[in-house]
Amino acid sequence: MALSLKPSFNATPQNEKPKRRKQAPLEDANERTLVSPLAFRRPSGRVIYWVVFALLLLSTLITLGPLYWMFSGALKSSIELDQPSPTFWPSHPGWDNYINAWKVLDLPLYFVNTLILAAGAVLFQLLVSATAAYSISKLHPAGKNLIQFGFFCTLMVPPVVYLIPQFVNINDLPLIHVSLINNWAGVWLPEAANAFNILVLKSFFDSIPNELTEAARLDGANAWQLFTRIILPLSRPALAVVTIFTVIATWKDFLWPLLVLTDTNVQSLQLALYYAQASNGNMPFTYLIAGLALASIPPIVLFLFLQKQIIRGISLTGLKG
Amino acid sequence: MELSSSSPSPLPLQEPASPNALAQGSKSAALKERRATQKWKRAIQRNLSGYLFLLPALLIFALFVWYPVVSGFLMSFQNVDLINPSRWVGFANYREVFSDPLFGVAWRNTLAFTFYALLFGYFVPIVLALLINEMRHGKGFFRLAFYVPVMLAPIVTVFLWQWMYNPDSGLLNALLSLVHLPPGLWLQTTSSALPSLMVIATWSAAGGTMLIYLAALQGVPASLYEAAEIDGAGLWRRLWTITLPSIRPIMLLMLILQIIGTMQVFIEPFTITHGGPQNATMSILLLIYNYAFQYADFGGASAIGVILFLVLAVFALIYMRMTNRLMQGD
Repeated sequence: MALSLKPSFNATPQNEKPKRRKQAPLEDANERTLVSPLAFRRPSGRVIYWVVFALLLLSTLITLGPLYWMFSGALKSSIELDQPSPTFWPSHPGWDNYINAWKVLDLPLYFVNTLILAAGAVLFQLLVSATAAYSISKLHPAGKNLIQFGFFCTLMVPPVVYLIPQFVNINDLPLIHVSLINNWAGVWLPEAANAFNILVLKSFFDSIPNELTEAARLDGANAWQLFTRIILPLSRPALAVVTIFTVIATWKDFLWPLLVLTDTNVQSLQLALYYAQASNGNMPFTYLIAGLALASIPPIVLFLFLQKQIIRGISLTGLKG
Repeated sequence: MELSSSSPSPLPLQEPASPNALAQGSKSAALKERRATQKWKRAIQRNLSGYLFLLPALLIFALFVWYPVVSGFLMSFQNVDLINPSRWVGFANYREVFSDPLFGVAWRNTLAFTFYALLFGYFVPIVLALLINEMRHGKGFFRLAFYVPVMLAPIVTVFLWQWMYNPDSGLLNALLSLVHLPPGLWLQTTSSALPSLMVIATWSAAGGTMLIYLAALQGVPASLYEAAEIDGAGLWRRLWTITLPSIRPIMLLMLILQIIGTMQVFIEPFTITHGGPQNATMSILLLIYNYAFQYADFGGASAIGVILFLVLAVFALIYMRMTNRLMQGD
């Protein structure tokens, strides 16, 4: 099997470390892949290799080109942007476009809002998924199978199919009759119901040996102590995966916040940019471009820092969040 | 939360066996009884703490998944406008939806979008992953370069591409004129609007899928390649008989996930084309949105939601069975 969804308990970071080598120029020379190492020694093999390398390098223009276009476009004046034949480098780079966009679009507010949305989402998702996964994996209450089935069935139902009833639900919660419109909880709580997280954490908890939890129990630890002192500390890699995927999902979520957060003071960065384009007609177009560019810096930086964790998360779950 | 075993008496198993044969009988009866009550007590404690730990998830799932799923089904048989009290209308919503010409158009567009998106979006990440996995240089750079679009906020991607598609001042037509090709009207004609949106969706998602395949390729055991090589299998033979079969479970999983994902296309038509021109990019999710928030017909919107669910459920069922199989360690 290509990916192991069941992380073996011994394969936690400490044991993984030695395998990670410093990025040498020939980084994976020892790792055998499809092409045999012998083929690389032949001149024809080398030529083909470098041709493929060049083609790949060229095709990164497809992804990096538009990014360059955005960051350089933000430096152009609105007149230059409207020219029928675009310039590939701004004739008079206006660096203050970035500063103006930062102020005009009120970006600090929306960055903070997005941060709060992400932090709350992580908190609620971890709370809900970790406790449930722990109960299913280690406490085995009666009727566990039925409850588990109830959770995992929801994997079958993509949230958009109950988008409308969910909106009606948030608009007027049953029994307590509270509206969560324009309330961050209206984004946090529905997102916290994530069966995939429970699945990931449960399979990780399953790999923690029962002898360990039994031993702690004999030493007088109760279920709560077992959870906070043994299960959670041992599950840091899995919790990191859930955290990262939750942050990415919140960062990219558009439709649900669009419905719930209508007040401009609580909106996320994406919504602010959307409304800036849709309703603010007399704002210079170059400010919008600068806003887009500024909004793409944090995720790029985040990926640079968390690359390893994200890749490990993908091989741990075989899926993106 | 201090409910569980706070009184851990030594386990019955650890009770030293009495050497006295006579005393054994009465003692074992008492022991059995003690063992039984203790078992019972522990079972209660375990269940109680088990349920307490399940409580947050049960509450959240009940309120924000199970309830809306059921109420969505019920709403599809009701007239709901959020102002007047809802009333039952039977199958009227479904009749209305099915007689709406936009419903057919939206399905056709959504399926066409899914088809186009798979045509490119399915194979590009596989090929990219296979090639990058062979690279001895710059692996990290390639990974980053192709993954960056995935991290961007969708609204950034969408506006960036809308600008590049601009027929007058956009990048694409400028590039075309560099090589003396006629400019395109990308988003403005009924025939090119949907494929143009598909390009955006593929651009922003391909890197994520590629990363999953890269992870899968790392798991292909080197010994298989070496053994095949000794047996004289060439490059293509190894690709077809070792590499691809090894990542086949992931390829199937990705196929299903990509179908489910692309059928939910929304942000591109919503923000750029508003479903136009002439409804050429009206997707099923956009239609749901319009029913609810343009026509204030929440019942009709729920009816389309139920239909979308039935269609997606087929794929979702396959997906569930496959994840289950993967979870069980294949």
